[in-house]
Amino acid sequence: MGFMESVELDSLVEELRNTFESGKTRSFAWRKAQLKSLLKLLEEKEEDIFMALHKDLGKHHVEVFRDEIGVLIKSVNYALDNLKSWMAGKKAYIPLAAFPSSAEIVPEPLGVLLLFSSWNFPIGLSLEPLIGAISAGNAVVLKPSEIAPASSEFLAKNIPLYLDNKSVKVVQGCQKVGEQLLQYKWDKIFFTGSSRVGRIVMSAAAKHLTPVALELGGKCPAIIDSLSSSKDRQAAINRVVGGKWGSCYGQVCIGIDYLFVEEKFVSVVIELLKATIKRFYPKREYMTKIVTKQHFQRLSSLLKDPEVAGSIVYGGSLDSDALFIEPTILVNPPLDSEIMTEEIFGPLLPIITLKNIEDCIGFLRGKPKPLAIYAFTHNENFKKRLIAETSSGSIIFNDAIVQYLCDTIPFGGVGASGFGQYHGKFSFELFSHAKPVLRRNFWTEFTFRYPPWDESKLKFMRLLYRFDYFGLLLLMLGLKR
Amino acid sequence: MGVEMEENRGAFDGHRAAELMAELREAFGSGRTRSYEWRVAQLKALFRMIDEKEAEIMAALYSDLAKPELEAFLHEVSLTRSACQLALKELKRWMKPEKVSSSITTFPSSSEIVSEPLGVVLIISAWNYPFILSLDPVIGAIAAGNAVVLKPSEVAPATSSFFARTLPAYLDSSAIRVVEGAVSETTALLEQKWDKILYTGNSKVGRIVMAAAAKYLTPVVLELGGKSPVVVDSNVNLEVAVKRIIVGKWGCNNGQACIAPDYIITTKSFAPKLVEALKSTLEKFYGEDPLESKDLSRIVNSNHFARLTRLLDEDKVYGKIIYGGQRDEKKLKISPTLLFDVPHDSLIMKEEIFGPILPIITVDKVEESFDIINSRTKPLAAYLFTKDKILEEKFVNNVSSGGMLINDVALHLANPNLPFGGVGESGIGAYHGKFSFDAFSHKKAVLHRSFGGEAPARYPPYTLKKQRILKALLSGDIISLVLALLGWPRS
Repeated sequence: MGFMESVELDSLVEELRNTFESGKTRSFAWRKAQLKSLLKLLEEKEEDIFMALHKDLGKHHVEVFRDEIGVLIKSVNYALDNLKSWMAGKKAYIPLAAFPSSAEIVPEPLGVLLLFSSWNFPIGLSLEPLIGAISAGNAVVLKPSEIAPASSEFLAKNIPLYLDNKSVKVVQGCQKVGEQLLQYKWDKIFFTGSSRVGRIVMSAAAKHLTPVALELGGKCPAIIDSLSSSKDRQAAINRVVGGKWGSCYGQVCIGIDYLFVEEKFVSVVIELLKATIKRFYPKREYMTKIVTKQHFQRLSSLLKDPEVAGSIVYGGSLDSDALFIEPTILVNPPLDSEIMTEEIFGPLLPIITLKNIEDCIGFLRGKPKPLAIYAFTHNENFKKRLIAETSSGSIIFNDAIVQYLCDTIPFGGVGASGFGQYHGKFSFELFSHAKPVLRRNFWTEFTFRYPPWDESKLKFMRLLYRFDYFGLLLLMLGLKR
Repeated sequence: MGVEMEENRGAFDGHRAAELMAELREAFGSGRTRSYEWRVAQLKALFRMIDEKEAEIMAALYSDLAKPELEAFLHEVSLTRSACQLALKELKRWMKPEKVSSSITTFPSSSEIVSEPLGVVLIISAWNYPFILSLDPVIGAIAAGNAVVLKPSEVAPATSSFFARTLPAYLDSSAIRVVEGAVSETTALLEQKWDKILYTGNSKVGRIVMAAAAKYLTPVVLELGGKSPVVVDSNVNLEVAVKRIIVGKWGCNNGQACIAPDYIITTKSFAPKLVEALKSTLEKFYGEDPLESKDLSRIVNSNHFARLTRLLDEDKVYGKIIYGGQRDEKKLKISPTLLFDVPHDSLIMKEEIFGPILPIITVDKVEESFDIINSRTKPLAAYLFTKDKILEEKFVNNVSSGGMLINDVALHLANPNLPFGGVGESGIGAYHGKFSFDAFSHKKAVLHRSFGGEAPARYPPYTLKKQRILKALLSGDIISLVLALLGWPRS
């Protein structure tokens, strides 16, 4: 895929700047209209999206709806419902005695933003931040991933048909185009992808002091405690299987990377996993394919290490023509093997056994912080310990991946898994500047504030200051003599 | 609190920085800094320190900046003390997890947002308000439960050494450390992996800090500067406006403050009145010979003195001085100086002045000032003096800046309920009050699900019925959901 002439990019960025400066994107009416059009796009072009995702990833259309289209519809509706209140800003408390002054926090758009999306949820991860950027009143360049070319093409073709062409642009292309885009001065850059590229993005942003949000990855562990009821056990295993293979076949940042299970339960867990996998995936069509040959080779090589290969208890077969790897379970591969040090991003599930399930806390200490930690347990004390003693973007009890659906909790990483959070109103805030505005009047005056200074003024102030800071403010605002 | 004086161990280089980091990682890893008790103990100790060492602090500020006692007390000591008090008062509430509502899509579930410390953080402070710009962020970092390294500015050496000497005597030095030094020490620190860096200073170094942070994907807060404009409308109470402008400019470290008014924009017709009022009030405040006034800080050092005189001496500007312009190189003093209608491309209109010089530029209509401001990089603060509510609204909605004040100057930084920070070239992130706590915390989403509410629709094999259920569920439409679950419409 060729790259855009820099002259083309120059004029594209300039157009966006001019549009933003015209003030068009700031109005409630404009934002609402864009969001409604986005909704129309999702409803009218559903089939096209299914086709694009099938072409790029072999994703089943029900999965596409569940993980991408449906989630986006929910997010757009949530934004439409809340936009007015988000835009209204917040009044800030100031001491009553400083009345009639007022303080408020006024959200304003940052300006012209650059959004980099990823290949595994190519529509979802493009449009979810776009919803936030538009809600906050910005102009946007969206750069979809070239590794999902049909989806990228879909966006390039359809966004201009539904959204304001002068304010929202899609720029397609390979890595070189990404690098070119990074040379410009943006008001914020939002990036979803790997830490390696995240570093490149942040370094480029540093030249312009551009703030960034980085949605990266990590090794998200699932901790399976002993569960007494077989119904709960099955529900847990359903959710683990769904959390590992159910979304993009393991190629998902919040997917379960590996499991912790107590030694004495591991055989039960393995049996349940096998049965559930068979039940959920009777046909290959329910499993998204490995996205590229490169990734297929990366994943196959994780299994090459003989000690790792020896730890396989289920699956392990590879079909390089179809870019397919069977759901594979391993037990206790060496902890220093690549499969246990790198994010897997594929259908291989190592299980680490522990004498006591709570030992997982020690195991996680000092490891890079993942995007999510999942724990299946009834033990309230263990839950408290996990919240207090581990760190991750989020922590979910008794399920996996569903945090993505929740508009009221922030979604994002910490440490190696990134920074900056979005979804719901957090998206709006991420793409806004919260500007404090303090309004004073001319009446309340006290000469005490002003030089020439002398000892008596200082003494007076010290005395009065014994009350507290607000007492001092009263003084300065002339309401105390 | 046994502590080795850093100086005795030779230069602070990469090796020492790595050692320091290892010690702090261990301290943080032990969990000690996370307890409410530890945080409160540190904050109380800081509060005590400010009380007990007030004289020493004021003396250091005087030595570094010749800061008038009242200014030092008001802007540095008492504001820092208040920040401490606020944190002590609010800490329990800040630390409490925030319950949030869950959505139908994850029903049944409960959610909350838990604040957790980021880990080991680095605070690089500035020279102009060396006391508060060091401790205010440290208070936030401690309140949030982190281990902290403070690197005070070497351009304010007395305050820096005050910290190096005194903080270990009051605070837990296994988790809170001071590293003194200049460029090479800062570089050594920046080579380490921090969990957050807060930098106060100029945008050139801000870029260096962010680039260093990028290597480790470390999030940053950059408190930078810019040219904070003051727009003065003709519809004002001139006497009060002028007093406030003056105290906001020369009463804040003699203009060496990030939020000090940098330049004034007013209408051609109003300018003469404004200039007269400024001149007479300046004389009232600082006397006929302001170089002798005890109420003005000096210029911090000869580098900055040279920089400021260069701005004044530029050809296109020199003839525009309408008040002041006197200097004393030995005492590092420049008198409050007004310039009128300097060319927009002069040096003094291109860089942040950070000194006691105030250019006044004029426009035909007051609204034109907004275009001038918007044509430049976004400043840390923007000020407007007017009684006209419509003009005020226009200003708020059309001018972008870190923060905004109507009819006053600089005060917004004193309100801990307002976030203090820049946007664009003036910075990234914000702090003060609870915003400090938030700046140094990770807001962790916690979702509790129960095992009930298993929806087979989530899982393959995917059937048409499941698809209908998912559609209804995700659109939040209960009726469709129920119908879908019951098998309607039948295919």
